[in-house]
Amino acid sequence: MSYAIRAQHLAKQYRIGAVKHRITGYTTLRDTITDWFRKGPASAYKELWALDDVSFEIKQGELVGIIGRNGAGKSTLLKVLSRITEPTRGRAELYGRVASLLEVGTGFHPELTGRENIYLNGAILGMRKREIERNFDAIVDFAEVEQFIDTPVKFYSSGMYVRLAFAVAAHLEPEILIVDEVLAVGDARFQKKCLNKMQDVGQQGRTVLFVSHSMQSILRMCQRVILLNQGKVAADGPAQQVVGVYLGKGEHSIAERVWPHRDKAPGHDIAHLRAVRVRDVDGDISDTIDIRTPVTLEMEFVVTIGGYVLQPYFRLYNEDSVAVLTTFDLDPAWRRRPRPPGHYWARVTIPGNFFAEGLLYVEAGLTTLDPPMGQFAERDAVAFQVIDSLEGDSARGDWGGNIAGVVRPLLPWQTTYTPLG
Amino acid sequence: MAALEPPTTSITGVTNSTLPSDSSHTPTIIEPQRGWWQFNWRELWFYRELLFFLVWRDVKVRYKQTLLGASWAIIQPVLQLVVFTVIFGRLAGISTNGIPYPLFNLAGLLPWQFFANTVTQAANSLVINAGIVRKVYFPRILIPTATIGSGLVDFGLAFVILLVLLLWFQWPPTPAIFLLPMFLVLAMLTALGVGYWLSAIHVKYRDVRHATPFMIQLWLFATPVVYPTSLIQGPWQLVYALNPMVGVVEGFRWALLGTQAPSLAMLISVTVALTIFMTGWLYFQAAERKFADLI
Repeated sequence: MSYAIRAQHLAKQYRIGAVKHRITGYTTLRDTITDWFRKGPASAYKELWALDDVSFEIKQGELVGIIGRNGAGKSTLLKVLSRITEPTRGRAELYGRVASLLEVGTGFHPELTGRENIYLNGAILGMRKREIERNFDAIVDFAEVEQFIDTPVKFYSSGMYVRLAFAVAAHLEPEILIVDEVLAVGDARFQKKCLNKMQDVGQQGRTVLFVSHSMQSILRMCQRVILLNQGKVAADGPAQQVVGVYLGKGEHSIAERVWPHRDKAPGHDIAHLRAVRVRDVDGDISDTIDIRTPVTLEMEFVVTIGGYVLQPYFRLYNEDSVAVLTTFDLDPAWRRRPRPPGHYWARVTIPGNFFAEGLLYVEAGLTTLDPPMGQFAERDAVAFQVIDSLEGDSARGDWGGNIAGVVRPLLPWQTTYTPLG
Repeated sequence: MAALEPPTTSITGVTNSTLPSDSSHTPTIIEPQRGWWQFNWRELWFYRELLFFLVWRDVKVRYKQTLLGASWAIIQPVLQLVVFTVIFGRLAGISTNGIPYPLFNLAGLLPWQFFANTVTQAANSLVINAGIVRKVYFPRILIPTATIGSGLVDFGLAFVILLVLLLWFQWPPTPAIFLLPMFLVLAMLTALGVGYWLSAIHVKYRDVRHATPFMIQLWLFATPVVYPTSLIQGPWQLVYALNPMVGVVEGFRWALLGTQAPSLAMLISVTVALTIFMTGWLYFQAAERKFADLI
């Protein structure tokens, strides 16, 4: 199979710092001139390598995800591959027509109608006129804006606007499609439609490079994922494995951690930890939990000195290190009862429709109560990703955007209504 | 990891036709560019339709949400003509060798307005289209180039006024009128050349936005729009001819009104116009690579 993209030692340096105007953010002639007199032109810059020796090869027809934290170089990489900006060093070869979609609706003009914008945007994205004409009906159909096609888009709702914009891009027919995180907008149903459309593109033997913060989208779309960290390729391989690396726990599942040897296990004289696990509704170990279903946390510990009342607990932190909750083991079977030495499995099930979506880190802890002596408190022992479905029956309803809040319970609403007058 | 979604199915109603076959053999090479002159004519040709769409957009959008719409293209030069006629024709009493002042003035005002509008729009074009520059690749030179389109449309509309005035003053055109497009091309080259320079500099230095109107105003007085070239005498004529718009306006008057035929000074104008155009183009090409980083 032949290559679609070969990147060799790509590097991109940005100069940031003093030259930019503090308030307006852009350079003025005066700044440059005064700068010359002060200390010479170069000294005021700070150098930043947004990409640093990035190499990879992508075969034709591959769907490759690119992940990484903010500032890891994802967008810069896409910009370099899209030829929007030039690499400082290195080289890339792209075989076939490239279309990049770094933003939905680039070049849309609010005063122009939907129809006019389809042509304009299509041309900006590199479509030929006859190509646009051929796909026109399909675009309108996909965007679901038939009735408003001759209305200026400034009168469109933001949803319609995004749908139309994506529809144009979705009908590009490149051999290589480069897509930045553009699906963070729009309602959930349409997002799903877009993902499906991109998957279709992949199935036709075209190559797709896809940046996203949504591990859900990445895992659904891509077989292969490249993880960038500080401008370098930190991992490159099968999607699940690399997403696992990104989520922080090496190449093993982040949903299970086992300490087979006592001397390396967290713990003290009385008790030590053996394992922590995250189980889904079916009882399988899983680092991905559907927001609608319960999740079971399990800790396995060994008591070596009997006779103490023990208090196991779990504490969960979200990605912002906010402690979302702490739950104590209040199981009446062992509450206020000194425990004999032995092997214990303590489990707690947290109901579905409770957490907000995102990554949750689990701290597993155990302490004696009288006198209080902490035995272990293993922070980030395991983690799991809560994924909000786009099917409309979770607490997000039909809203496709971000939802603030550390929890996302499904609560009953009631409306009373009286007509006017 | 359990699949949360059912297997995806194709969206019906979406046709996916065959890929264009021309491009898959020669790879696109991305690497740091060295040297000034690296230009891909084939690519520019590929994007010719985009140039058309950008022009079309500018023309369409120009007078949207204005009460008077495209009639502004007529009202503007007419008002300016009235002002100039009153001030320079009546009050200052500038001599025009027997040509009615409005006619004399409009023949210069038309190419001048075309030039001034194009330069102003081109100078701001990249910054106005920053969103596109940051997010999509295509030859950037199309953006300032496209501003010529709406300028031409306005020129065409305003030209109607000139025809009306020619009839009104019963001033029969000479065969030289067929050479008019030549002088229009000269104005285009000058406007684009200046536009390339200014738009590329504007990306880095926003001073351009403030300096351009002032520059245009000075340039107007260095161009024989409100007065005849005969005011300039002696060795200054050669210096004067360095302004290519002198050649343009002279050419327009000659072609339309049958004034004195352009002299050797015209050659200087053409040379300067070509130089501005070529250097502007080259500078733009060299600066283009940094646009997305700076804008």
